[in-house]
Amino acid sequence: MSAAIDRPMSQLILFNVSNGLIVGAFYALMALGLSLILNLSGVINFAHGGFLALGAYFAYSLTPFIGFWGALIVAPILVAAMGLVVERFLIQPLYGTDPLYSLLLTFGLAYMIEDGTKYVWGAQSLPFQPPKWLLSPLSSEYFFLTGYRVFMIVIVFAAVAGLFGVLGYTRLGMRIRAGTRDLETVSTLGVNTRVLRSLNFGLGVYIAGLAGVLAAGLLGLSPTIGASLIMPSFVAIIVGGLGSLVGTLLGGMLIGVASGLTAVYWPSATEAVIYVMMGVVLMVRPRGLLGEEGRLH
Amino acid sequence: MNPRARALDALVIVTLVTFPFWLAAIGSYTELATRVVVMGLAAMSLNFLLGYTGVLSFGHAAYFGLGGYGTAMAIKFFGFGSVPAMLFGMLVATVAAIVIGALIVRRRGVYFAMVTIAFGQVFYFIAFRWNQVTGGDDGLTGWSRQPIDFGVYKLDIAGNDKAFYYFVLCVFALCVAAMARLIHSPLGRSLVAIRENERRVRFLGLNIESRIWLSFVISCFFVSVAGGLYALLNNFIDPRALRFDLSGNFVIMAVMGGMRSFWGPLFGAAIFVALQDYVSSHTENWMFLIGLVFVLVVRFFPRGLLGVLTRGSAA
Repeated sequence: MSAAIDRPMSQLILFNVSNGLIVGAFYALMALGLSLILNLSGVINFAHGGFLALGAYFAYSLTPFIGFWGALIVAPILVAAMGLVVERFLIQPLYGTDPLYSLLLTFGLAYMIEDGTKYVWGAQSLPFQPPKWLLSPLSSEYFFLTGYRVFMIVIVFAAVAGLFGVLGYTRLGMRIRAGTRDLETVSTLGVNTRVLRSLNFGLGVYIAGLAGVLAAGLLGLSPTIGASLIMPSFVAIIVGGLGSLVGTLLGGMLIGVASGLTAVYWPSATEAVIYVMMGVVLMVRPRGLLGEEGRLH
Repeated sequence: MNPRARALDALVIVTLVTFPFWLAAIGSYTELATRVVVMGLAAMSLNFLLGYTGVLSFGHAAYFGLGGYGTAMAIKFFGFGSVPAMLFGMLVATVAAIVIGALIVRRRGVYFAMVTIAFGQVFYFIAFRWNQVTGGDDGLTGWSRQPIDFGVYKLDIAGNDKAFYYFVLCVFALCVAAMARLIHSPLGRSLVAIRENERRVRFLGLNIESRIWLSFVISCFFVSVAGGLYALLNNFIDPRALRFDLSGNFVIMAVMGGMRSFWGPLFGAAIFVALQDYVSSHTENWMFLIGLVFVLVVRFFPRGLLGVLTRGSAA
């Protein structure tokens, strides 16, 4: 009978681990987009959380017209289009200058997007309902396993697989990977690096938009939804290792689970634990779990 | 030192000393002047690292806030006077900077910025979550700055706004003089050399890492002084004094005023504080406008105010 007595605790742990995995999936999606842009263009896109929030709010406004599934497809594309405009007119002129400037610009942009969404959609959080049949729990024992969570994991997996597919097997992906190593040489070989950087930025922002739609269904809509996810994404990149997308993915899931487990044993340290992990990683293995040696500086 | 720079020094000194008087004449209040000086000190401290060493820190609010919390807690829990409490805050922040600086000093450029932002958030969450001690999200209340007793004379910085302004100005002057001395010392010269050509300095046999670490610690030390003054100014401190958006504000102050000039960040801080004061009392969407300022400064004004005015004569 000991299994029956243990069940509540093990259930609690399982619940928090699964929570952690899901939150970690968001961190990973955010961090993958950030990493793409950072690796190729050397820009920390502080507005990334803002783009995520836009994805969520676009989905909210679109759902009455084209349904949840339509919004899931259209909203991220709209966000990517906005990202392309921002990149072309605001960020592109800053390539080649001190990275300080692009960081400050996207920082200001993050303010503008957050306040803009507040202005358009209001400061209170809004309800966002995915289809009903997705919301029911799959099992009474593991009450937390709703269809929506499983569905989310599937989408996240598909998105990550798609991204790695694009990077690994298409001409664009090959150029992005090459450009990450040596943009100048890629340019000399006749690739239009301006377009390459734009497309890469659009791709990164698209993933943020997609994460936004998924997050809206799970966490509800609020203007700060993106801002609360961006810091852990930085940590995910640092823990996973600069320059490695697989590392970023791993880092995101790892810190998600770590904060989920911490919520069981020491709830007040839920947020702080990931920064402690970052400190430990920087001390023991400065380049991150899967980072490349040359990226240290 | 050329005559133009000397004239600027004189202008800044005269302006700051007479600040409360003519500020009242144009319909503002003394507290605003105090805030300009405090934020100016923070931005100038950041610029020691940003402008003179060429290292991009985006997490200085952490040390600003630690200085503030240290000061506030020393008054509230230990019953310290205003000045010893500030010293305590400075000690706390500097120890944190020594430890964290050692962890991040090998990073460069955007990566350094990213690590400093992320580490800054640790203290935010500690202040936010540790309710019993820090007051959590509501901030630390139930304390106030104490008059300073010199034995023969008691300076009433608690009751008299102008007295507090001049107290802040004296601290500012001490810090700024110390930073000026440091910048013109051999250490300061080697920091500028690292900014200009790190590899060459390394080949000359200097230890780059330890110098950047030292610059980071010095910069954080001075920003913690500003944080302590900030807590005394408001008789209050809350987790927002530690958060990354304040770090961003410090950076934009430095850039807006001119990173390559000594007084630039002070001018940037004055513009920023005045703008924030004006905009936030006229519209709810002030965050949007502050964000717009970031974008416009970067796109059209990246050298900053003093960078443009003193072009050609700057060092």
